[in-house]
Amino acid sequence: MRKQQILNKEIESFDFQSGGEASSNLKNILRKLGVSAQIVRKTAIVTYELEMNVVIHSLGGEITALISEDELEIRVDDDGPGIADLDKAFTAGYSTASDEIREMGFGAGMGLVNVKRYADQIDVKSSLGEGTHVKVIIKLSS
Amino acid sequence: MKLKTVKKLLNTETIFEDCGINDNHNLDSACGDDLEINNACGADLMSDVLAFSNQKTLLLTGLTNPQVVRTADMVEIKVIIFVRGKEPQIETISLANQLNICLYSTDKSLFEACGLLYKNGIGPEEMNYIEASK
Repeated sequence: MRKQQILNKEIESFDFQSGGEASSNLKNILRKLGVSAQIVRKTAIVTYELEMNVVIHSLGGEITALISEDELEIRVDDDGPGIADLDKAFTAGYSTASDEIREMGFGAGMGLVNVKRYADQIDVKSSLGEGTHVKVIIKLSS
Repeated sequence: MKLKTVKKLLNTETIFEDCGINDNHNLDSACGDDLEINNACGADLMSDVLAFSNQKTLLLTGLTNPQVVRTADMVEIKVIIFVRGKEPQIETISLANQLNICLYSTDKSLFEACGLLYKNGIGPEEMNYIEASK
């Protein structure tokens, strides 16, 4: 099914002022499109966790959202440094965030765990030095 | 419980309050004294805040950076109370203004503030996660 792009936004590394804006924008776009409150909320959580991962851990990246009649596709691509151990990254409580990040309330080790909980499909490709590419599908009909 | 009772119980100072006067088309953004608060959460971890599932929750937190407001907005939290008398950064207030989220501060600790609200009938936020669509 043909998908239409509804969002594409660059995310700057360590930009805690505007970090989260893309997720806010997507939330508003979905609301205007008449998507149900529950799906909007799930999408907001997934997108925000992924967006903040790029802000916190990467050298910068971008977020893209595409929509069709049935589903929403969210792609988050960053320029590195990549995840050393993907299994560990999906373990609740595991985090490589610095103390500075933790003091801001992030780095609880629940980011990808939360994403997996709300996503209907998730695909993460990552290797050291090559960046991380996340694709998430959220079904629009429950 | 009405927000005005919460404010009285915690003896809050108002940092930013939006009563939705200029936003009549969207009553959801109405805030101020008459907002009904049924449950609350106390957290200093943003991922924990994101795990709460109900709308119109009150957040009590010791963190004051703008990401607290951003996180609250993701899950439709309309009221944030900073504990231990903390003053948020100007960027935090500015974002709250933009997103219509009310900000207050209380001199009480997170434990005491949560305890007072619980004792007076505010329930814990349900932690049953949003059901994944099949």
